[in-house]
Amino acid sequence: MEGLERIVKEHPFFAGLGEEFGNLVSGCAQNARFEAGQYLFHEGDPADQFYLIRHGRVALELAAPGRGALTFLTLNEGDIVGVSWLVPPYRWTDDARALGLVRAISIDAACLRRKCEADHDLGYEMMKRFVPVLVERLEATRLQILDVYGVPV
Amino acid sequence: MASRSEPPVPGGAAADPMIPRVARVRRRRRDAPQVWTLDLEIEDGDGTGNFAFAPGQFNMLTAFGVGEAPISMSGDPAEPWRLVHTIRAVGAVSGALARLGPGDPIGLRGPFGAGWPVAEATARDVVIVAGGLGLAPLRPALYRLLAERARYGKIILLYGTRSPDDILFRGELESWRRRLDIEIEVTVDHAASAWHGHVGVVTMLIARADFDPLHAIALVCGPEIMMRFAIAALRHAGLQDESIYLSMERNMKCAVGFCGHCQFGTVFVCRDGPVFRHDRVQHLLALKEI
Amino acid sequence: MDTVGQAVLTPDGLQILLDALRRRSYRLVGPTVRDEAIVYDDIAAIDDLPRGWTDEQDGGQYRLLRRDDDALFGYAVGPHSWKKFLHPPVLRLWRAERDAQSVRVAPEPEPDERFAFIGVRSCELHAIAIQDEVFLGGAHVDPHYRARRQGAFILAVNCGQAGGTCFCASMNTGPKAEAGFDLALTEIVGDNGYIFVVEAGTEAGLAALADAPHRAATQEEIDAAESATARAAAAMGREMRSDDVHDLLLRNLENPRWDDVATRCLTCANCTMVCPTCFCTSVEDTSDLTGAESSRSQRWDSCFTMDFSYIHGGSVRASARSRYRQWMTHKLATWFDQFGSSGCVGCGRCITWCPVGIDITEEVRAIRESESAEKGSDGRA
Repeated sequence: MEGLERIVKEHPFFAGLGEEFGNLVSGCAQNARFEAGQYLFHEGDPADQFYLIRHGRVALELAAPGRGALTFLTLNEGDIVGVSWLVPPYRWTDDARALGLVRAISIDAACLRRKCEADHDLGYEMMKRFVPVLVERLEATRLQILDVYGVPV
Repeated sequence: MASRSEPPVPGGAAADPMIPRVARVRRRRRDAPQVWTLDLEIEDGDGTGNFAFAPGQFNMLTAFGVGEAPISMSGDPAEPWRLVHTIRAVGAVSGALARLGPGDPIGLRGPFGAGWPVAEATARDVVIVAGGLGLAPLRPALYRLLAERARYGKIILLYGTRSPDDILFRGELESWRRRLDIEIEVTVDHAASAWHGHVGVVTMLIARADFDPLHAIALVCGPEIMMRFAIAALRHAGLQDESIYLSMERNMKCAVGFCGHCQFGTVFVCRDGPVFRHDRVQHLLALKEI
Repeated sequence: MDTVGQAVLTPDGLQILLDALRRRSYRLVGPTVRDEAIVYDDIAAIDDLPRGWTDEQDGGQYRLLRRDDDALFGYAVGPHSWKKFLHPPVLRLWRAERDAQSVRVAPEPEPDERFAFIGVRSCELHAIAIQDEVFLGGAHVDPHYRARRQGAFILAVNCGQAGGTCFCASMNTGPKAEAGFDLALTEIVGDNGYIFVVEAGTEAGLAALADAPHRAATQEEIDAAESATARAAAAMGREMRSDDVHDLLLRNLENPRWDDVATRCLTCANCTMVCPTCFCTSVEDTSDLTGAESSRSQRWDSCFTMDFSYIHGGSVRASARSRYRQWMTHKLATWFDQFGSSGCVGCGRCITWCPVGIDITEEVRAIRESESAEKGSDGRA
């Protein structure tokens, strides 16, 4: 457990969290490992845990009938996989597949939500870290849907 | 007292810049859906058909009887006998050019424009950000940089395009990637699951690229929206405006500053550009419909 | 007479001078009445000039009125300018012939005629100088403009009256012709009708004058000529403070005034057609049905058209607002950055020939005043 605590506290995503909050978060954390091709979660599954990638790459996909799985984003070391755990109904809205061997920290979403509810300062520290991820992905998605490289008709 | 009322005209009979030379198509290759690369050779001139150009310059190509369009040179400036042009067929003229085949005559005027500042890149890390067809006018710069590799710091190519099918010059990118002295990252907007490369916008690659922002130069080319966001990401990474160069595109009818179509605020894209240092056009990029 | 003195020509003398120019193979073009306007066209005799006519001009208004005298040059400028001859509205650039082997491109030969422009106003001299800078002053030279400009003889006229939309005094481009002419005439009343006080600007002008009977001007006549142009300078139909326009416009690119003018502007492009400095062109390729012969022509174009800035499936300047802003800021501001001077000579044609009477001097004033209003309302200097 101590090794995991250190890993969580030293991870850049949680930098500046401090001793007390670091312990609270680690209390919800576990190691996770996925082989190439394995799914971290599927669309519609309950968003019970989210992941912080320590090693490897993950593809976010949506499956469309007749078109197979379509990748709309790939994530790398240091990235967060899964943000739907933050908002009801706490269900995943896409598939996440390991593109090679993936080692990650998995964090129990319900556990962390409870702790944030109990201590709003912890909650605010989490929001300060997750909201920028949401904003960055929203801005990136805008460029993707505008199809800037597309051929105008 | 002056002898006549007209102004002195610059000495020397300058060639008429609006008369095309006749060139011939040697090869035609399909690079991606609607994107074709033509290799041309010049028929006239000094007999060797050599045509010196700087990376980032363009020619005006004529499909006789149809019209003329500005097309980037996308080949190696060290091979002036091969005039390589990459064309996206989107209209009557570009479509006609892209349909020309080996042996067909084609009109050529050029080279025009200010090119990439390769000399300025000496001893610096070079970050090249290409979007879609923007890789074509950047490829000559890559050839030049790799030909004199020791002169530069890191060379990083970040290339974003729509989908894996739209990746240009794929074979060349793969062989460059096998070199140990250039970093290449390719990303697409979306892909089928068989693609194991990056999916996402090219701006996300900039954040992850490892270069020294105090001693780097960036060359950016792609759709204008993509260039705006790429430049924002480069600045966020610590690059100064004076170290960022981009290639602009506007409607052109003459390429020599006479027809007026390519004006962009104070500058003519054909002769003051198409490559501009970011601080010179920064205020214009932020304006709509300018 | 000495080289810098002034002479006097009678109308007969002027006719003899024109005849002499014709004998030297100049193609004479000058003002003449046609279609109820004073236009520039081929002329042979002074009878072709608009003797006894004047014009009444205002925003969106132009009409000819009869004078009660026989002045040959008693009007301002009409819809034409000399760019009609120096930078033709339609011009073939080259022809190409295709055979089994290849294509041969043949440049269009340049005309071998020389123009004599009769009756060029000071504002027009400045306009010609501005286009000289565009076509001859850069890295590339336009050979078609050069061919027509070289050897052109310019007989200027100093305006004795200002037009309803004139503002050359504001732009420091007139009404007195200072440079760029071979001969400059000022029409004044003599004992038996009109005479011309003549100043030679070049050796070529002196040589032409030598072909016609003339005498030295008296001091009285010289003074009368000066007074005529001074009267014109004081009677300008419009004015525009011109010392600050570059910076004023470039810091007001998002001023609400552009939205206002956009509700009036029809983007009809008249202003660019009549403006003596507008130079934009487009090209058009044509071919016969077999594709054996093709050619390219250049024709006047206007930044007001939707196609002008077309790229990648749409126009960069789609709105009327952006196209009006482009024209006005190019003419009055970015022209300085590109060519070292204003693009406007204060001739007033754009005001007269705008179907809705948009007045460029008024637009500048409105933008300038919007800045003072802003400063006043929030109390800051």
